[in-house]
Amino acid sequence: MADATPKGVITTPVFKNNPIALQVLGICSALAVTTSMSVSLVMTCAVMFVTAFSNLFVSLIRNHIPSAIRIIVQMTIIASLVIVVDQILKAYAYEMSKQLSVFVGLIITNCIVMGRAEGFAMQNSPGLSFLDGLGNGLGYGFILMTVGFFRELFGSGSVFGFTVLETVQNGGWYVPNGLLLLPPSAFFIIGLIIWVLRSINPEQVEENEYKMKHNTEPKEAV
Amino acid sequence: MAQGNNSIKKILGVAFALCIVCSVIVSTAAVALRPQQQLNQELDRKTNILNVANLYEPGMDVEAAFGEVTPRVVDLRSGDYSPTHDPATYDGFEARRDPAASRTLSGERDPAGLTRVENFATVYLVGDPENPEQIILPIRGQGLWGLMRGFLSVEGDGNTIVGITYYEHAETPGLGAEVNNPRWQAQWEGKEVFADGDSLEPAIHLTKGGASGENEIDALSGATLTSNGVTNMLQFWLSPEGFGNYLARFRSGVAQDDAERADVEPEAEGV
Repeated sequence: MADATPKGVITTPVFKNNPIALQVLGICSALAVTTSMSVSLVMTCAVMFVTAFSNLFVSLIRNHIPSAIRIIVQMTIIASLVIVVDQILKAYAYEMSKQLSVFVGLIITNCIVMGRAEGFAMQNSPGLSFLDGLGNGLGYGFILMTVGFFRELFGSGSVFGFTVLETVQNGGWYVPNGLLLLPPSAFFIIGLIIWVLRSINPEQVEENEYKMKHNTEPKEAV
Repeated sequence: MAQGNNSIKKILGVAFALCIVCSVIVSTAAVALRPQQQLNQELDRKTNILNVANLYEPGMDVEAAFGEVTPRVVDLRSGDYSPTHDPATYDGFEARRDPAASRTLSGERDPAGLTRVENFATVYLVGDPENPEQIILPIRGQGLWGLMRGFLSVEGDGNTIVGITYYEHAETPGLGAEVNNPRWQAQWEGKEVFADGDSLEPAIHLTKGGASGENEIDALSGATLTSNGVTNMLQFWLSPEGFGNYLARFRSGVAQDDAERADVEPEAEGV
């Protein structure tokens, strides 16, 4: 990452170097919390807060972190921030925290947070690291909100809890797609997003690690 | 990175300082926010109780409306009110872990998959506690993915259902989680727990393909195991193992000694 400009570190993680779509990190929580948009939004804010501040604090003390224990130091900072977020949600957004349940705590294991602390904040100034954390949180949130939009719209017929397609259960016409309420559907949607993003930016396509052999010719098989 | 950072002294120093700073931040947050969190939990519980009693409207003053509700602690074995437990402080969750205050269940006697059940449970009475309009019972049992906890409200006759609600469950969204769909919950109103006046075995159950009769509720479509879980927990909590003996106090057809005979012999349940 050579272009460490304030604007660059915020915008590149959203489309160009998206943590979910390009680096394929943080998939676990993206599958779990995207059944509704409001939950996705709270999760996005929580992850943005944690990545931004963990980057900031790691960067602040980066010149004093002994390399032997740097991962533990980063984990401690991240874990403390996650607990603080969890406590705040329980106090001021109780309904949300009930829906997010364990997934707030699992931000600790989200590779995006750890990856940015180790990969960016250890080498860059606090201000820039903070913005980088925000940018990566945004990139994560962008995917989360997109996935959440499709899953909520076609799975429960609503957007942000407001009914758009009246479902059969509530006396309407729309038969909700049950698959979209289950975690595997997020895989399909994320896969489609990756396809779209890589069609727009062909340089994101990775080279094949090996060449596939030709299928057996019919005459060989005889 | 400076070479001096990796000396033993520096490593210990940094680790120690970091731990101190982080623990101070975490404990400050936890302690400072605790009152607000407890308020939320309490409010959530009260909202659920009012909700099952059909007394809740969005935006109402929950605390004020809860004034009509009286909590009482009931001995599940005899169905009598406990003279020794204070409803304000009694905690069924703690009691469940205390072998002296709970009993084990297994096999056929445990349809709801609870394995342990407390001897005393808190019920909530709406209106005059001596002659309540509604009796709100806490229920819990295994669903498909985990324990489901909720409330069932019956009218003062101990038989007619007012409503049911679940405040904690892990059922599949869109399928099993429809237990909290208001349209599904609405069909519970007016249904009856027991098939005839003097039976102590609850007849209420979920059924597939259209409910008919006073003891049947439509099962949740696509959620057979959640529906079974709901039926099983009602069968347990409304039987003499659960609140059956207590409800018999309110039902006119059941003689008290009938209830006594059907008692579950708590003494035999030594742990």
